[in-house]
Amino acid sequence: MSGLLIGGTWGLLWWLNVRVARTRAGGVVAPILFGLTLLVLWEMTVRLLGVPTVILPAPTQIARAFAANTDILWADFVQTVLKGALGGWIMGCAAGVGTALLVARSDFLRRGLLPVGNFMAALPIVGTAPILVMWFGFGWESKAAVVVVMVFFPMLVNTVAGLAATDAMQRDLMRTYAATPSQTVRHLNLPAAMPFVFNGLKIASTLALIGAIVAEFFGSPTVGMGFRISTEVGRLNLPMVWAEIVVAAVAGSAWYGLIAWVERRMTFWHPSQR
Amino acid sequence: MTDAPLSASGAGIGRSGKVALAFRGTMRTALPILAVVAALVALWYAACLPMNAQQSTLLAERAGVSVTPATAAERRDRSGLALAFANPGVAVEHAFAQERPRLPAPHQVAAELWDSVVDKRVTSRRSLVFHAGITLAPTLLGFAIGSLLGIALAVGIVHSRVMDLSVMPWAIASQTIPILAIAPMIIVVLNSVGIQGLLPKSIISAYLSFFPVTVGMVKGLRAPGSADLDLMRTWNASRLRTFLSLRLPTSLPYLFASLKIAIAAALVGAIIGELPTGAVRGLGARLLAGSYYGQTIQIWSALFGAAIVAAMLVATIALIERITLRRMGLAR
Repeated sequence: MSGLLIGGTWGLLWWLNVRVARTRAGGVVAPILFGLTLLVLWEMTVRLLGVPTVILPAPTQIARAFAANTDILWADFVQTVLKGALGGWIMGCAAGVGTALLVARSDFLRRGLLPVGNFMAALPIVGTAPILVMWFGFGWESKAAVVVVMVFFPMLVNTVAGLAATDAMQRDLMRTYAATPSQTVRHLNLPAAMPFVFNGLKIASTLALIGAIVAEFFGSPTVGMGFRISTEVGRLNLPMVWAEIVVAAVAGSAWYGLIAWVERRMTFWHPSQR
Repeated sequence: MTDAPLSASGAGIGRSGKVALAFRGTMRTALPILAVVAALVALWYAACLPMNAQQSTLLAERAGVSVTPATAAERRDRSGLALAFANPGVAVEHAFAQERPRLPAPHQVAAELWDSVVDKRVTSRRSLVFHAGITLAPTLLGFAIGSLLGIALAVGIVHSRVMDLSVMPWAIASQTIPILAIAPMIIVVLNSVGIQGLLPKSIISAYLSFFPVTVGMVKGLRAPGSADLDLMRTWNASRLRTFLSLRLPTSLPYLFASLKIAIAAALVGAIIGELPTGAVRGLGARLLAGSYYGQTIQIWSALFGAAIVAAMLVATIALIERITLRRMGLAR
């Protein structure tokens, strides 16, 4: 009976979504409707089938846990996202871009660093978390260090590839203008690298959140999202865990969205933005 | 390839032109990589000096050698770099052979790797091959689930406008959830329902690997140009025929590129998935056990073991890619 009800709601909402997708506003409304559908189905499944809270709490329970613990969530957010993830992200990305700028001048270094960097970017670098926690202590510094190591190589590889993404015609034009090497970099290579740099920044933003949270599993002060998740799982207080996940997801999406917005403003000339 | 003529000096006397060209080609790619790797190893050795300086000076003091700040209490406040400069001889002598260094030297890690990979029996608990095998099983299962799911989603997205509009944004949003961070919870929760062993870790691997495959396949399935699609329409080809004969073959290069990312991600997922399960077996367990007992050399060797496994997995996909694309006549 309850299965029928859930299936019926799913069918109804999907039919609505199909109708909406055909209209003009479909691009905005359809994904929102799809998300709402998932939430409603989730709530119904938990309520009607009597899924225990320990396994999967209902969205309303999560919302209640969220509202009741905003101060704790905010402290965790500051510790993990603002100090650990954002701090490490800024340092790691700056280091990656800086190294790429130094390397890009030499063809030899580029041919050596690109494969090595690509290799390093594919490695399970989160595994360095226990080592870095050992070195930098339990505070946010060790989390930032993990993030720096995680984002450095994707950033380096993307920027190096971007700085090389000019064609012979453009380089010839710069030579016709008698541009100095630094002028060429500033007016040709850097703008050409921008789409690649933004791509790297986006990849790095998701990596940064993961790195900062996972590093807390190896040791942290009594504040932080990773710490909270692991302790609340131990207490089987799942609504609180999900509230932390909501914070992480919202922070991650906002961060990603902000980069995408800046990208659209800065690389409006690129074909992928039109 | 270089544009210098084959008769140029250094092209090789007595070698055929083809061999010389191939030789020069490998040297051209291998030499810079070797140089970079050598520089990294040198940097690593240099970093060992200040990192291990505290322990080095302590060892030297116990052996009766005088070190500059004479007592351990005084040395504690000094940075490793200052200590290494104050006692250069001692720092060099003791930095590379400590039992539990803060930063083990490359040869120590290599020796431990050799010891735990080659010298131990594969079934032994102390063999890294054994642990790698434990981690490999959920990696491959999760990778298979994830890539099949990713392909299925991509096919749906390409063929249905509703799915494109409503699922795609959420597929992107799903990746902003730090799944690795909630991996412990997934393991614990599934464990409490009675699902144990391979499946929970595989689910994490699958979650991590489906996204690159979806994105790559959507791009790949949309890669055929309008001229090709028009041609299929001229032949009155059905959607299924167009899919099988045009879209699928065109998407293969994109698929393989994403599969390489996906399998590396699947390995990371499996390693993290091992952390909360009590850390008994697997590469992740080796990492955690090493960090509990301060066995730095063990951590580093597990890390490199994971790196080698990742490299082998990616290389396997690359090999399949080359064979497939060559047989299809798509090889570059």
